[in-house]
Amino acid sequence: MQVEITVNGQPRSDDIEPRLLLVHYLREVCGLRAANVGCDTTSCGACTVLLGGESVKSCTVLAAQANGRQVTTAEGLAPEGELHPVQAAFRQEHGLQCGFCTPGMVMAAVGLLSENPHPTEAEVREGLEGNFCRCTGYHNIVRAVLAAASSGNGTATEERTEVGA
Amino acid sequence: MIPAPFDYVAAESTTHALDLLDSFGEDAKLLAGGHSLLPMMKLRLAAPTALIDIGRLTELIGIRADGDELVIGAATPHAAVAASGLVRADAPLLAHSAAQVGDPQIRHRGTIGGSLAHADPAADLPMALVALGGRVDLLSQGGTRSVTADEFFTGFFETSLEPGELIASVRVPRQPGLAWGYQKFVRRANDWAIVGAAAVNGRIALANMGPTPLRARAAEQALAGGASAAEAAELAAEGTEPGEDVHANRDYRRHLARVLTRRALDHLT
Repeated sequence: MQVEITVNGQPRSDDIEPRLLLVHYLREVCGLRAANVGCDTTSCGACTVLLGGESVKSCTVLAAQANGRQVTTAEGLAPEGELHPVQAAFRQEHGLQCGFCTPGMVMAAVGLLSENPHPTEAEVREGLEGNFCRCTGYHNIVRAVLAAASSGNGTATEERTEVGA
Repeated sequence: MIPAPFDYVAAESTTHALDLLDSFGEDAKLLAGGHSLLPMMKLRLAAPTALIDIGRLTELIGIRADGDELVIGAATPHAAVAASGLVRADAPLLAHSAAQVGDPQIRHRGTIGGSLAHADPAADLPMALVALGGRVDLLSQGGTRSVTADEFFTGFFETSLEPGELIASVRVPRQPGLAWGYQKFVRRANDWAIVGAAAVNGRIALANMGPTPLRARAAEQALAGGASAAEAAELAAEGTEPGEDVHANRDYRRHLARVLTRRALDHLT
């Protein structure tokens, strides 16, 4: 089937199998390797990307479900050679060790800050509950997200889909 | 893990989705957020020949008041239910329940109708719907019918949905200001309940105490007869035959049902 997906601001048109998962579409069709396949069971969050501005686990979304929508990966957060404020805060606060969880953690944090630009520490911890880090014990990650929030420009600028009342 | 091959069609309307259900037949599945179905397909526990995507049908998304009920479109994601001012005011137990599902990413995708159709007895929303005495509106080529929560869940991952039917919306009574309690015992954050208990308006529902979400009817009757929360909670596991797994054997689950019911009744908010 043909899908039209805007990936990191670039409109694309690709012929894919309906069963292709979004994470494999991003990694293998688009060549974007930031989103990692970790647990592959919607648990670890390493594959987190933004779909229509909302954080999702791309191992549990079909590329077909992203047809006509915008997807943002860690590669698309900032222009080449620059860092998004959340990425800069992760570097500043040393919010990583091995780095495997980092792209998903950063995307979950960007999604969180777009919904809640000034979270408390507890809200950051709850907001990242869908992302596992097996190295750092989370303290520096939480510090990084709080630092990005206090810098005041950690928010995503994409369209968001509002539903409900 | 890759699902088995299938045909994919994005439905253009619920009418179109019902046509597709009829033409594809019983091996087709409806897809909304896919957060119950896709994991099953990746594990090859499910291998539908076709997916009919209803996840972006605006007629199935949204929350509104209808007289003394709230009507929630079946494809409304958990995050929207949890954040809705209307749900938080008029059915706070439901908003709380939706906020307990998985994690933020899962709540952005998973939908209320999908969770109910999946009918996991350990899940949050089936228990909440039973506690609230809600119902689901089912749509088919033959028309619509409304099924109460007590009748909807018929067995382990089984519902009264017929072939060719879809859940259009979920209805819960508007109960602003009514006290409610919600307890969920888990070993890991974000997990399904080992046992859950939800109480509101004299009704008590239990999660993972049998093949479906259950009413703790003996405890409800005791409460109605004037028993204290502690006395009623002692009866919470009456008549249940919970399963056993690595987390809990039958006696422990019954113990949890009594303790969690007591806590739900003690901490009505």
